Amino acid sequence: MSKQITAWLQAAPIGFVLLAFLVAPIVMIVIVSFWGATEYSIYPAFQFDNYEFLFGSPVTYTVFFNTFKYAFITWAFTLVIGFTVAYFLAFEVRSLKWQVALFLLCTIPFWTSNIIRMISWIPFLGRNGLANSTLMSWGVIDEPLEWLLFSDFSVILAFVHLYTLFMVVPIFNSMMRIDRSLIEAARDNGANGWQTLRHVIIPLCKPGIMIGTIFVTTLVMGDFITVRFMSGSQRANVGRLISNDINLLQYPSASATAVVLLVTVLIVIALFLRLVDIRKEL
Amino acid sequence: MSKIRYSRRSLLKTGGAAIAAAALPAPMVWGQESKNITLRQFGTGVSNLNEVATKVKEDLGITLEMTALDTDSVTQRAATQPDSFDIADIEYFVCKKVWPTGNLQAMDASRIANYDQIVGIFRDGKLTPESEIAQGTAPHTVGFVDGPDGTEFVDNESGWMTLIPTIYNADTLGIRPDLINRPINNWSELLNPEFAGKASILDISSIGIMDMAMVVESMGEMTYGDKGNMTREEIDKTFEIFTEAKKNGQFRAFWKTFDESVNLMASGEVVIQSMWSPAITAVKSRGIPCVYQPLEEGYRSWGGGIGLSASLSGMELDAAYEYINWYLSGWVGGFLMRQGYYSAVPATSKDFMSENEWGYWFEGKEATDTITSPFGDPLAQAGEVRDGGDFYSRMGSVACWNSVMDENQYMVRKWNEFIAA
Repeated sequence: MSKQITAWLQAAPIGFVLLAFLVAPIVMIVIVSFWGATEYSIYPAFQFDNYEFLFGSPVTYTVFFNTFKYAFITWAFTLVIGFTVAYFLAFEVRSLKWQVALFLLCTIPFWTSNIIRMISWIPFLGRNGLANSTLMSWGVIDEPLEWLLFSDFSVILAFVHLYTLFMVVPIFNSMMRIDRSLIEAARDNGANGWQTLRHVIIPLCKPGIMIGTIFVTTLVMGDFITVRFMSGSQRANVGRLISNDINLLQYPSASATAVVLLVTVLIVIALFLRLVDIRKEL
Repeated sequence: MSKIRYSRRSLLKTGGAAIAAAALPAPMVWGQESKNITLRQFGTGVSNLNEVATKVKEDLGITLEMTALDTDSVTQRAATQPDSFDIADIEYFVCKKVWPTGNLQAMDASRIANYDQIVGIFRDGKLTPESEIAQGTAPHTVGFVDGPDGTEFVDNESGWMTLIPTIYNADTLGIRPDLINRPINNWSELLNPEFAGKASILDISSIGIMDMAMVVESMGEMTYGDKGNMTREEIDKTFEIFTEAKKNGQFRAFWKTFDESVNLMASGEVVIQSMWSPAITAVKSRGIPCVYQPLEEGYRSWGGGIGLSASLSGMELDAAYEYINWYLSGWVGGFLMRQGYYSAVPATSKDFMSENEWGYWFEGKEATDTITSPFGDPLAQAGEVRDGGDFYSRMGSVACWNSVMDENQYMVRKWNEFIAA
């Protein structure tokens, strides 16, 4: 058997899996996005109604703007926090044993489900919740802070809480690969801590940062449960729009929105990948 | 007839089948054969309770697999996954969406033992001969089709039913009397700036829009031709008013599930909101005062029923009829009524409730002793009366039914805009 055929055969299983469970559904979604719907059924057609409505509605733009806003702010926070945590683990903690132990500590919250971690913020941030009553007993505020819960603040807080680890892991991984002698060399050449960070560590962590960024932005852009619960249904992102449509049996309209979201996310990722060549850096 | 409840099967075994057959003259096979039958039922959390499954196993030997979902998911499943269920416990207004899919089969009313005792609302639309029929999708308008394979709803008792009514109630606003400290008498209070940041409505469009309409009408902003079937102009105007209120921070949150509404109210995040009766019960059973406030404009009502999957046939179909007859024979009715809902056949439920319970829940009388929920939590003390009075004054003051409008798709899009605004 020629080498080429062997290679094809080896790649075939994953190829079939991807074809069946990734490509086929997406193709189906694209097809359905052109279909029509009645109250209780969808019918095959080729029409642009769904897209026309989507692009013609001011809500779409608001909602896409919200989606990007959440993604960007969450990205900024998770990056700063994630980088700091990874830096501490990689460079401040000296013994490997402690590094492993502390790293595992970071993953403990993941032993419970996403939703539970998210919902536990609700009683904490509520009008009569722990945060407000503590602040009031300290005399910092006289009245409960209403914006703590069911606001953009609580949505982003939950996002940051849920997704920071996705930033920590790849950045930590890149940091651990950095040859320590490079840092020594920088110091020997008179670089201070800030300069070392800026000119040595950050450039070498770029692939980690990029992978983390892709994780966080795609997760946030697709997440609708967090937005629904933490905003008390008062805010919407694209995911919520899709889920509302699905709930109301408007599959073609949901598909159209999903296609637009997919394209948007792909464009965003393509832009990221132009900034850093992950393959080269790995 | 109430004897049957003690041990329907032992009656059969001891030759009491004749008594049972006399009491329940429907042509059905009680007991033995249905023992190994499993029926898959799904519906909303309000009536899909494990207690019912346990009891039906005990009484009839049928295994009932229950799945509880939210209203939207129920519709979705009934319309799109016909083979995933045998029995659909759905709301009447959903019929308009589900029936045309052909996933349900019409039921032969002559096989329903207590058909004649089903309350009028579900048969000719009239609670009492004098009552007026409320706006919206009144259950009787989607309750019958013209034959076993009927696709069109008919407005008379044709003998072929889409759903068997099981549970219904008159909904109104729930309030926290301890945090409001004054009487609330009108739907318009929901948008009263006094409660800015402390109000909520539900995020289920087909129900929420009806609450909105009650509020708008109560504010004197607009009178609808039919709240249950609005024109585009009416829909626009309604959302305009609510979007403005939302932007002014009137709402604390919107809720979609029962639990959310309970938590919002119990934690004091919200002091006035649209709510369901057992949610009030749940708040109260935590020792927090909460009132299901009767309002001058009347109630927004809903009804649920059991539908049979189109693919059900043979022994399973017989078992399903048997289950339905059991459902209407009182035990479930009593169980539901002790949570504040009404049973489709109140008369049979009476046998499964104490005189005190019947007096409190159905007749609007003062409780003579502590009233407890079916789960044992105290809900009312001796001397208290039910909010809104007796069955006839509550169900008699229904202003509209949950509905699906002709302009439903337009309304749903507007609803999305409202949520995103």
